Amino acid sequence: MFSSADRVLVALSSTDDAAIRARGLTKRYGERCAVAGIDFTVARGEFFGFLGPNGAGKSTTMRMIYRATPVDDGSLHILGHEAVPANDRLIKARLGVVPQEYNLDERMTAREILEVFSRFYGLHGEARRQRVRELLDFVELGDRPDAFVTTLSGGLKRRVQIARGLLGDPDILVLDEPTTGLDPRARRSLWDKLIALGERGTTIVLTTHYMDEAEKLCDRLVVMDEGRIVAEGTPKGLIAEHVPPHVLEVVVPEVRERKRLAADFGALALAQVELADRMLFYGVESEALLRRYFELGGGAEALVRGANLEDVFLALTGHGLS
Amino acid sequence: MRLPGDIDLRCAWGVFMRNATDYKRNWWFNILPNFFEPLLYLLGLGVGLGYYMRDGLEGQGFIAFLAPGLMASAAMNGASFETTYNMFVRMTFARLYDAYLATPAQIQDIAFGDLLWAVFRALIYGVSFAIVVALMSIFGAGIITSPWALLLPPALLLIGVMFALIGQVYTSMIRVIDMYSFYYTLWLTPLFLFSGIFYPVDRFAHGEVIAWFTPLYHAVRVCRGLCHGQVDAALAGSLLWMAAVSALLMALVPRLLRRRFFR
Repeated sequence: MFSSADRVLVALSSTDDAAIRARGLTKRYGERCAVAGIDFTVARGEFFGFLGPNGAGKSTTMRMIYRATPVDDGSLHILGHEAVPANDRLIKARLGVVPQEYNLDERMTAREILEVFSRFYGLHGEARRQRVRELLDFVELGDRPDAFVTTLSGGLKRRVQIARGLLGDPDILVLDEPTTGLDPRARRSLWDKLIALGERGTTIVLTTHYMDEAEKLCDRLVVMDEGRIVAEGTPKGLIAEHVPPHVLEVVVPEVRERKRLAADFGALALAQVELADRMLFYGVESEALLRRYFELGGGAEALVRGANLEDVFLALTGHGLS
Repeated sequence: MRLPGDIDLRCAWGVFMRNATDYKRNWWFNILPNFFEPLLYLLGLGVGLGYYMRDGLEGQGFIAFLAPGLMASAAMNGASFETTYNMFVRMTFARLYDAYLATPAQIQDIAFGDLLWAVFRALIYGVSFAIVVALMSIFGAGIITSPWALLLPPALLLIGVMFALIGQVYTSMIRVIDMYSFYYTLWLTPLFLFSGIFYPVDRFAHGEVIAWFTPLYHAVRVCRGLCHGQVDAALAGSLLWMAAVSALLMALVPRLLRRRFFR
């Protein structure tokens, strides 16, 4: 459908060199505004993240990017092409998609799935067999290509989905919460695959509600909450900009104790946050925080750590990521 | 290659081949019943009930009257099952349509690929029936009496297209799988009973007029005409009727599915 000559034409006709550019991007479902006029730009070759809790509008944004849902308002350009139905085939030919839900054909093996889907990208004959083999190797399923999908673990299913998303040799790979529900080892192994892809120059867009994932993988990210982007930057930049560098985390369930601590810490903590099971005190120096805590009598379980993206999220929205 | 309606044939073929990949694993499991079903009907009704109807119907032996209509209904059933339950499962529970849509394939390609597959199934059902009937005719059953019967496969194809599309229209509009009980009980069963398969439609008042508006009546008329060599204006009219309805639904199905999936 799209020959290499078409691709050259596409490249020539694109005046926009961003991978994805959104301006005032909006999506409504009835009364509810799932995405409320967001702006962002993903550069080519970038590893770009959308961090936010469930229901923040991340998946809807992804669905608009991979053309599963129309844009209601504002503009969205993907590789220079406006996201309108007339361009959908063109755009989708250059995207790889790993959706949030497992939508693998359960009646088939990993190899069969890849062979079936390779037809949509115009692969056939020896080229198809080779591409399927390469991708099975890349996702480390080369030793069990004929396993039925139902017999694979969540992590391996995700890998089949990633291989399927890579069949068309995409310029942009879109992953919607790829590690949700995976055990820590499967998560790490998936991260390694994504890092390897990023190093090969593929633009990667990923949504997550895990701050450690966003921090480890993303060159740049936006923080989303209730359909809006509340911050944008590099993981380090966001932390430096929005929260003090150190945090004392104290496990205090009782209200009276909380009140006392909050009052006693006073100005030493630059910021305080109360969560359901713990209190957070932010400061410039970790030792000062800890010393103060022991002066106040200590007692409850406590730890000092560097500030992370979850702290950024708390500072910006007043509630947690999960 | 593109067909009218911006249907990409390569993507449609991909969808067809997915179904074929799934099917070929236990094809004999699927095909075998298709051979038994017509045999059972012909034995139970044609031979069994036919024994008491030695005067036959409309100047033909009962089994000769009955068999072409059953052939049309076999094609109808093959197509219908595929674009009702099977398509619904692929669309909703298996989330296969979402997976297709994340590739360059568009909804019209997917609908067309599933249509091709349903027609293929209808042809297997219909043609396997025709083969059984042809064999019986060699041994004197008198069902196929004209070389026009060689045109049965393309006729069964058209019947398959029409019923596959009717199924797709219904499937693209329903949200729960239970809705098929209406489709089968209040649509396919009455069609089966009142389309002139077992007795002429004018048994009931205005039967001919009412039947003209329903699809299986035309399918039966075409199959019977080809088997018995009665190729006339009525048969041509029925072919045209089925072609027109198919063309209309072919334009409608992608619109309905798009409304469902792209929102």
